[in-house]
Amino acid sequence: MHIAEGFLPPLHAAAWTVAAAPFVAHGVVRLNRQIKENPEAKLLLGASGAFCFVLSALKIPSVTGSCSHPTGTGLGAILFRPPVMTVLGTITLLFQALLLAHGGITTLGANAFSMAIVGPWAGYGAYTLVRRLGGGLLGAVFAGAFVADLVTYCVTSAQLALAFPDPAGGFTGALTKFGAIFAVTQIPLAVSEGLLTVLVVRLLRSTSAAELIRLRVLKEGQVAS
Amino acid sequence: MKRNVLINLLLLAAVAALAVLPLAIGSGEGKEEPFTGADAQAETAITELAPDYEPWFSSLYEPPSGEIESALFALQAAIGAGFLGYYFGVARTRNKLRPASAGHTAPGRTAASHVVPGSAAGRDAAGPGAPTS
Repeated sequence: MHIAEGFLPPLHAAAWTVAAAPFVAHGVVRLNRQIKENPEAKLLLGASGAFCFVLSALKIPSVTGSCSHPTGTGLGAILFRPPVMTVLGTITLLFQALLLAHGGITTLGANAFSMAIVGPWAGYGAYTLVRRLGGGLLGAVFAGAFVADLVTYCVTSAQLALAFPDPAGGFTGALTKFGAIFAVTQIPLAVSEGLLTVLVVRLLRSTSAAELIRLRVLKEGQVAS
Repeated sequence: MKRNVLINLLLLAAVAALAVLPLAIGSGEGKEEPFTGADAQAETAITELAPDYEPWFSSLYEPPSGEIESALFALQAAIGAGFLGYYFGVARTRNKLRPASAGHTAPGRTAASHVVPGSAAGRDAAGPGAPTS
């Protein structure tokens, strides 16, 4: 669930757009290089974008009694690195802002910053950390997808708290309020997204091992399924 | 292989259970509007924190009804799921054919010998145009 159209003051909306723009531009460069250097992975790249598309469209009930949707950005961040996912995530956000009145054009910068930039980087960081610590592929994938999903909505909460501090409790007061709405709702959904991402990577491991090796997600010796 | 399929099905079942659980235990009970979107709740919270705040921009296009909005969300999911299905179909087929064409034993050679007549037939198909020139 993204920040709705017009719900960030103009100054905040502009600042987040300026903050997100260089990441998106860098992502476009990396995406083009990825396509040029590894054209065989184009289909898998499309599949990563498609995964983000599906998950962003699924509004799922949560134990807080409200609904939200996963982001689907962890998979692409792990397979193609976060900058490439930044572009795919921004495209998804743009589609929803233009056709579904979900999110918005004025809040696109802020929403891209949370879902397409910080989320993928945090998820990729968690994935890398688990693998460095000797964790298996699937455990690391779960951690990466879970963190990418949850962190996205923590950033959304912080963005709204910055724009609308609580008259009494200030930034922290508002953060608790928005965190309860977004982040707590998101916890079970982040678990779901982790499990679905693990499922997709399991399927990829049995059908597309060569691609995973080329993307350095799998090593040569790990192909046996 | 069988075990693999079972694990995949269990993963899907766990996701389904996580989605159904809030409905089953009645998480939405006692709420004015159970299971609304978190974004709508955030809008309410904003108007509480800053009663004077007026959204200064509205969506360029707004689906005229809830039905059309849900249709567009379904379309988004269908595009994504359709492409994912296509990807796995291609990957699986490619994977199945690979051992035959990359094999270095007899089956590999038969697979290769199938290719030759195929390409010859291709040339024949192009043939009718060729003699006239």
